[in-house]
Formats: sequence, structure tokens, C-alpha cells
Amino acid sequence: MRFAVVVFPGSNCDQDCYCVIKDVLKQPVEYIWHKQTNLDNFKCIILPGGFSYGDYLRTGAIARFSPIMSAIVEFAQKGGLVIGICNGFQILLETGLLPGAILRNKNLHFICKYVHIKTENNNTPFTNLCEQNQILEIPIAHNEGNYYIDEKGLADLKKNNQIAFRYCDKQGNADEQSNPNGALENIAGIVNKKGNVLGMMPHPERAAEKVLGSEDGLFIFRSILQRDNPKNEH
Amino acid sequence: MFEAKIYITLKETVADPQGLTIKHSLESLGYKGLQKVRIGKLITIRLDVKSKKEAEKQIKEMCEKLLANPIIENYNFKIEEA
Repeated sequence: MRFAVVVFPGSNCDQDCYCVIKDVLKQPVEYIWHKQTNLDNFKCIILPGGFSYGDYLRTGAIARFSPIMSAIVEFAQKGGLVIGICNGFQILLETGLLPGAILRNKNLHFICKYVHIKTENNNTPFTNLCEQNQILEIPIAHNEGNYYIDEKGLADLKKNNQIAFRYCDKQGNADEQSNPNGALENIAGIVNKKGNVLGMMPHPERAAEKVLGSEDGLFIFRSILQRDNPKNEH
Repeated sequence: MFEAKIYITLKETVADPQGLTIKHSLESLGYKGLQKVRIGKLITIRLDVKSKKEAEKQIKEMCEKLLANPIIENYNFKIEEA
């Protein structure tokens, strides 16, 4: 399954994503510079973390107008798989491929640590290998991770089962104490209505090898491969 | 030539921890009666267009396309001849 990792000026998790796809998953992967406009032959697009355009104005606000983004919107509309991690999630929100917005962390600190997240919807191309409510240990590293959406938007997310992950504690309690950044209802990741676009603040690519402390991120990457295997199509 | 001053603020429904922290700091300096402190951005743009009306049209478009995120922010602007 062919992956693309999009590189914006200021991306800094692109190499981690590339390494996981190539060396851990053993799948073909290419870097795509943000000025390119062709996504033919790719099955999954990764928008990596980092500080595209230095986070100037708002996180993701300027990257959203990079030439590659129109191609990604078209790719997503045709059902292609897109995953935005951290800054990639912020870009997807600014682009409008996912609903809502990101605010600065409630405590105004940059937070870099392992957190637990609970799989709220295991019926997506990105979570199909997880059990419902499975708890994953994956690190976050951000200054702006405080997810926000208005009341109506939140009701829609719930109605369509679009909340993919919530921050929780080891036991799976998603409450104020286990909420690192003030995100509304502990939301750590969401999918679009069709389920083919995922945005999440935690970094699964940083939790994909045992030597790094956790392999839980592989549930997400391997789910994507599982989805692509024709034998498993449902 | 026109100069636009564009003010971007978080919507009232959006919490503003920076504003709250500044409020606490002002209170610890002894200022009393502070009702609310909110923080925002000021962007100035110089624009070479023929009329104020044209400047207004363009600035509004810029706000909606890029400068403000309507989900979390409000904007308003003043345009003066420069």
C-alpha cells in the first residue's frame, strides 16, 4: 500500500512517519513537497506534525493554502485515506476537511508527554484493529491541542459517531483530570462523516517501536493496511 | 493609499486563558473593578486601491478567507486614508 508523507516548510515529524511506514510496516512511501499537486498512485496521505509556516497567524492557517491541499481535498472527496497528526490535524481543521478548531492549551503550556486515549469508534479505517474502548498509550507534543466545536457541531459529531479518540486515564476514565489540554469533552481525535479522514493530536508514529516505549501507535497504522487488504473488505 | 487596522478576537463563547491570566496579574498589581480582560490580535495592512469602498471589500474578503477563523474568532476593522 503506497503512502505519501506531505512535507510543508516547518514540518518536523515527516521523517518519523516515513520511517515507521518504510521500516516498521515495510510499505512503499514517498515524501511529497507541499508545492506538488499530483497524488496519483497513493492510497493513504499522511499530514505530519510540526510547525508549518512557523504556526504564524493560527496553526495550519497558511499551510491550508499550499498547492497540495486542493489535491488532498479532491483525494479525500473520492474516499482516499487521509490522516493528519498534530499540526496535520490542525491543517485539516483549517481546510474544513474536519469540523471544529484548535485553541491554545488551557494551561498555556507546551505539553510533551505520554497520555492514554480511548478508542471511541473502532469502526473506522484507522481503528478497525482496536477493540471498542481500547486504551492506547501514545505521546502528545503540542502548544495548541485544545479542540473546540460549537454545541451543534458537537451534537453532529456524536450523532455520526465521529469521535475517534478521547483522552483518558490508565483505567479509561475520560474526565477533567485526564484531559491534558482542555479539549472539549476530552476529544483527542475525530474522523469526517465518511470516516476516511482522521485527525488526531497524539503522535502514533512516536509509539510504533517497543524500544521507544510503546507500540500502540501501530494499531492505527496496521488498521489502515488491514482496510486495504481486499480479503478483509466488508 | 489606505491603511486598515484589523482586530481579531476570540468569540465570547470561547474561553481565553491568556486574558484571564492578565486579569489576575492586574488584580495582583492592585487594580480593582476589572470586569473582564480579553486578548486579541491587531493586523495592519496598507493597501493601494482606488476607493475606500474597494479597500473595505478586499479587507473583508481577506478576513473571511485567511485572517480570522470564523469558528473561534470575530473580526472588525477600521480603514483610513494613509
